[in-house]
Amino acid sequence: MTVRKIFDEELSELKLQLVKMCRVTEEMMADSITALTQRDYELAQSVVYLDKKVDEYEMNIEKQCLRLLIKQQPVARDFRTVSSALKIITDVERIGDQAADISALTSSFKEEKSFDCPDLIPKMGELAIKMVKEAINSFVNENPFAADDVIKADDEMDDMFDEFKKQTVEKIKQNSQCADTAILFMMIAKYLERIGDHAVNICEWTKYNESGVHVKV
Amino acid sequence: MEYGQNISVKQADLYYGDFHALKNINIEIPAKKITAFIGPSGCGKSTLLKCFNRMNDLVEGCKITGEFKIGEVDIYKTNDVNALRKNVGMVFQKPNPFPMSVYDNIAYGPRTFGIKKRAQLDEIVERSLKQAAMWDELKDRLNKSALGLSGGQQQRLCIARALSISPKIILMDEPTSALDPISTGKIEELCGELKEQATIVIVTHNMQQATRISDKTGFFLLGDLVEFGDTDQIFTNPKNEKTENYITGRFG
Ligand SMILES: Nc1ncnc2c1ncn2[C@@H]1O[C@H](COP(=O)(O)OP(=O)(O)OP(=O)(O)O)[C@@H](O)[C@H]1O
Ligand SMILES: [Mg+2]
Repeated sequence: MTVRKIFDEELSELKLQLVKMCRVTEEMMADSITALTQRDYELAQSVVYLDKKVDEYEMNIEKQCLRLLIKQQPVARDFRTVSSALKIITDVERIGDQAADISALTSSFKEEKSFDCPDLIPKMGELAIKMVKEAINSFVNENPFAADDVIKADDEMDDMFDEFKKQTVEKIKQNSQCADTAILFMMIAKYLERIGDHAVNICEWTKYNESGVHVKV
Repeated sequence: MEYGQNISVKQADLYYGDFHALKNINIEIPAKKITAFIGPSGCGKSTLLKCFNRMNDLVEGCKITGEFKIGEVDIYKTNDVNALRKNVGMVFQKPNPFPMSVYDNIAYGPRTFGIKKRAQLDEIVERSLKQAAMWDELKDRLNKSALGLSGGQQQRLCIARALSISPKIILMDEPTSALDPISTGKIEELCGELKEQATIVIVTHNMQQATRISDKTGFFLLGDLVEFGDTDQIFTNPKNEKTENYITGRFG
């Protein structure tokens, strides 16, 4: 039985807001990949617009956390949850930025005639979305094992990135004409790889929330 | 046998008549640190605190077993309670200045322990009031009645009084529960300074106070010491679920 009903409700609300913020970034990532593969420049533009929404969520959740810290002066798990949420929004906000960056780069392909999006890009995109989604789920469901799975998945992401790097080098060697686009794709791959790192950061907070120890993996 | 600054309790039990108020307490309170006792009303915090200067001796039907050592001295094996009280000072929840002047309040303890020379007493009064950060406030009112001071001033005077005998250990039982935030802040600051010379054990219902000032925290429940550890650990990552439930306010 709990005597802190209102606080518990506020904590649930905080988690709900986190999930909503994350949903926006998932949509941004999915749209940015679609915009890229389909050369849909309007869609790319809308992703940049969605980034404002993410920033808004960040501000509001931050306010909510600070208010809870002052009002409830949380300790133990409550304290860990609120402070983790404060740290997590920074990573989620960066994920939004990276999706927006991908879309901004997409516009650079407008003038390109030869356009051939490498297969690995949508694959990395899919994995990035999955990692982010599961990272935030691991936090709200208080599941450190799910966090471990995401951390493992990041190895897969890193492998794909290394593979992509090799492919890009090969491509440029074979046909220096495509160097410009190859480098743009390379940057996109780097953004996706970074998104994976942010998902891992989120998972570290999930694990901190459960164990009380913050370990960098 | 020397009084030291650490308190070591082993397998201690305390009964008030049939009532088992402290159950197999084992605790090592480190020297020159602030240790906080927290827990719901009636869990035995004050009872344990009072064991450290044998105040429970006066309670009829109170039976204490186990070992209580302050430094090398097993305090329930010694007959010299005066020597114990000289080394262990106490401050209570309600400020309890004696109905006498500020000066005499502070000189009371040293006089009891045989100091008669005025110059020496003057020196003790000044030092104690300075340590309690009250000298400037009170140096022109030393002969006025202590009962004329505000609640916060009275409490700090009681701390100065406890300091007059230069105790190795200071016990405080909810010393700020009746004070406003400014007086509370002054006393908390004072605790931080005092631990350079004395070990402080403080009972508090104010969880924020425990986190602010203490190095170690013990959580008591129904006569048990449920958890004892570094304050940071207790408040960010308690090991025991009962501790977690209590400090997060999800108790009962
Ligand atoms: N002199 C006494 N005679 C009989 N029982 C007592 C006596 N003093 C305390 N008790 C009982 O022992 C238990 C512990 O009391 P104690 O005063 O140590 O609690 P506490 O943790 O300090 O509580 P609070 O936070 O209310 O001050 C309580 O149940 C109390 O009723
Ligand atoms: Mg008490």
